[in-house]
Amino acid sequence: MIRNEPPITPELVAEHGLKPDEYRRILDLIGREPSFTELGIFSAMWNEHCSYKSSKVHLRGLPTKAPWVIQGPGENAGVIDIGDGLAVVFKMESHNHPSYIEPYQGAATGVGGILRDVFTMGARPIACLNALSFGDPKHPKTRHLVSGVVAGIGGYGNSFGVPTVGGQVRFHTRYDGNNLVNAMAVGLARTDGIFYAAASGVGMPIVYLGSKTGRDGIHGASMASAEFGEGAEEKRPTVQVGDPFSEKLLLEACLEIMAKDCVIAIQDMGAAGLTCSAVEMGAKGDLGVDLELDSVPCRETGMSAYEMMLSESQERMLMVLKPEKEKEAEAIFRKWGLDFAIVGRTTPSKRFIVKHGGDVMADLPIKELGDEAPVYNRPFVETPKQPAIKAESVKPPMSTADALEKLIASPDLCSKRWVWEQYDHVILGNTVQRPGGDAAVVRVEEGPKGLALTVDVTPRYCEADPFEGGKQAVAEAWRNLVAVGARPLALTDNLNFGNPEKPEIMGQFVGCVRGIAEACKALDFPVVSGNVSLYNETQGRAILPTPSIGGVGLLDDYTRSASLAFKAEGEAILLLGETQGWLGQSLYLREICGREEGAPPPVDLVEERENGDAVRALIAGGRVTAVHDLSDGGLLVALAEMAMASGIGAALDAPPSDTPAHAYWFGEDQARYLVTVPAADAEAVIAIARTAGVLAARIGTTGGAAIALPGERAILVKALAERFEGWLPNYMAGGPN
Amino acid sequence: MKSAVLVFPGINRERDMARTLRLISGQEPAMVWHADTALPAGTDLVVIPGGFSYGDYLRCGAIAARAPIMNAVREHAARGGLVLGVCNGFQILCETGLLPGVLMRNAALKFICKDVYLRVERSDTPFTCGYNAGQVIRVPVAHGEGNYVADAATVAALEAGGRVAYRYCAPDGALDPAWNVNGAINSIAGILNERGNVLGLMPHPENHVESSIGPTDGRGLFAGLVQHFAKAA
Repeated sequence: MIRNEPPITPELVAEHGLKPDEYRRILDLIGREPSFTELGIFSAMWNEHCSYKSSKVHLRGLPTKAPWVIQGPGENAGVIDIGDGLAVVFKMESHNHPSYIEPYQGAATGVGGILRDVFTMGARPIACLNALSFGDPKHPKTRHLVSGVVAGIGGYGNSFGVPTVGGQVRFHTRYDGNNLVNAMAVGLARTDGIFYAAASGVGMPIVYLGSKTGRDGIHGASMASAEFGEGAEEKRPTVQVGDPFSEKLLLEACLEIMAKDCVIAIQDMGAAGLTCSAVEMGAKGDLGVDLELDSVPCRETGMSAYEMMLSESQERMLMVLKPEKEKEAEAIFRKWGLDFAIVGRTTPSKRFIVKHGGDVMADLPIKELGDEAPVYNRPFVETPKQPAIKAESVKPPMSTADALEKLIASPDLCSKRWVWEQYDHVILGNTVQRPGGDAAVVRVEEGPKGLALTVDVTPRYCEADPFEGGKQAVAEAWRNLVAVGARPLALTDNLNFGNPEKPEIMGQFVGCVRGIAEACKALDFPVVSGNVSLYNETQGRAILPTPSIGGVGLLDDYTRSASLAFKAEGEAILLLGETQGWLGQSLYLREICGREEGAPPPVDLVEERENGDAVRALIAGGRVTAVHDLSDGGLLVALAEMAMASGIGAALDAPPSDTPAHAYWFGEDQARYLVTVPAADAEAVIAIARTAGVLAARIGTTGGAAIALPGERAILVKALAERFEGWLPNYMAGGPN
Repeated sequence: MKSAVLVFPGINRERDMARTLRLISGQEPAMVWHADTALPAGTDLVVIPGGFSYGDYLRCGAIAARAPIMNAVREHAARGGLVLGVCNGFQILCETGLLPGVLMRNAALKFICKDVYLRVERSDTPFTCGYNAGQVIRVPVAHGEGNYVADAATVAALEAGGRVAYRYCAPDGALDPAWNVNGAINSIAGILNERGNVLGLMPHPENHVESSIGPTDGRGLFAGLVQHFAKAA
């Protein structure tokens, strides 16, 4: 009989985030009252963060297969084949709640966790990206959060030694009190050297590796599975503290013992720590696990079984070793100065048994804990459609030149240099395209292959129309990869939403996931890993639905990647794709007209694919000198970015007579690109595009020091760049918002 | 040129450095573990690469400076052997006393990663002979604590002895506080010891050596070293 202190009361059950019907399910499952430790284990395994109980039924609709997919969702990270015996291992994960409570450590451990997911599978991390969403710049906490989160991401990644090469930073009042930190890691492995979590073989030693276990992060995953109310800061003790130094050692030690063929299965200790990792290894391998907690290396004395099972201390791994390799593996870990302890064995029983101080503290059925957690098909209502806004009905409140200057210095469109200069983006010596372009490009080993990497989503579109917004997030990631010349291969999704128990929030989730699925199918761009973060609400107000998409594409020759900077004066500027002048949900409407409304631009996935395939072919054929996709801010913002990156101006033709000028310059129609070509090639390139069924037109010529628009004052590129670069550093230095 | 790259726990630019040495010298460098007590026989050049040895705990470079291998490095330097410390390597060399002064937190109190311009102050040392004196090169920095500081007498001695090998500067070579990326005294980016056989440098020339990746201004430092040993042979 398991000793039970303290007694299990309905209050205690509720404090563990378990609903009464979930508790009844536990009673039915084990036929008795759970012990305190067991209650903790159930709460760790069955919370939203670990069990995906609200999202699972919908995630099944995502396409996850392609001939190049080696491992889809369900493992620590997704794996794709890039040829030459090499695989790319990648995933994105949120660390939202911890980063709000304690921005530096919350963000740092978010990076640490996702890096561990990648190297657990046998891959050496080669790049990180992140997508950050903060509250209104005017909110009194925003500066503090930006400063802490950016320092935390840099503090961990820089020390660990992985380049942080790209990402997104946005601001919106709906993230007040609930910022988002989505971290993505990308690693490289041999296709014959991928490691998985499923244990195999009875009586195999289960080894604990890495840092010692402390009392930090207890119930972190449960905290991340609830809304914030008043006093969220009091939850600070549930945030873990990161040690990138230990993680770097853990990386080197793990890769070394993997290379020595010591490992049967491996799982990192992330959310819900020892509990989750041990249960997953057993459940996936159809085996039981006996854990002996007296052997767990502890940082503090007197830790209870409950505390050890729920601690989220960082930089720890669990491994099933080949018994004959035990000594060899231990020597490697000792060399790196890391803890190494045999803490259990696999058993044939399919029970999860935890012993401490000679007592059995937990004895539970492992499958039900792991892959048979509750699943909910929660009620949802679809988001009502918003009317399309006619461009003619939007009166421009200022000149085009003034609007461009204002937009380019707005929080969402301004340069994020202040952020990415705090990240080491050149370490490893493979960064071909640094942050600030459409997608980052990193060389694969000694080349010639390269990877293109990006993170994208447009939350205001998702809010207005979840289905179209979901499609657009995928399409934009795909487009950004294409814009550097890559073939998009697969993506990881990080789905951030509010409280799924509210039908309208669940409706946002369902709509976005359906949109993502639709775009993935149309673009042959499967989902291979991901993470769901729900309950992103503070005092009842939800964040904008934010399904971040992390895309990975392949370049056969990294030296042939395209970049957005103009390359020379006197080149023809071509616009590919159709421009109707879609102002609904555009940044022009929000920043210039002060309106957040209307239907977002629809995404025609057939056109998206045709246009993208044409652009990629032009890049591969060496026909274009600069390429940039069109997204936030539309045509003129994209053109300004190309000009500012080079210091070269442009003279542009008048908009077509049937489109209002402000809608032409700032509309956010999808599936569009700007390219430059030597003037003499313009006709030929337009002909190639048209043959491929792509609308193409010459809209101007590069050159001079200004952007010259018909009927507008000249906009000096240098002055524009000063505004573009100025907003964020000024804001962070305490200047006006 | 036989080079040895030291590996301390937490060092993370050892692969970048090894690749560059291989690329430019044509010879694979030896990777030497911190707990070893001897350098490989015939080592010409010892390189201490960048990173966060021992997590930068206590003080940057303080723990690494006391690692077993450092005795062998001190002996190598005492024999006149060449030692190059980059970034954390520079910090470690200061902590061992092979170089004077200390690297403090950047003036802006933030980690900074960007390309900077360096003026090569002289071309008559093994660490600078691949450049012309006064030449301006573009290389990246990636550090949080690169703000070089020493007492007035030490700085005066460095300047008088021509021991400032590299300085942060504007693209035209002018010294300008706006281009002094971390606030270092006298815009110091790299210094030599008195004998001229030990160089500490904050920026990362090893990351700017391949035209397919970016600028190649870092090549000169390594090409100069290769040339130095070729001449000596």
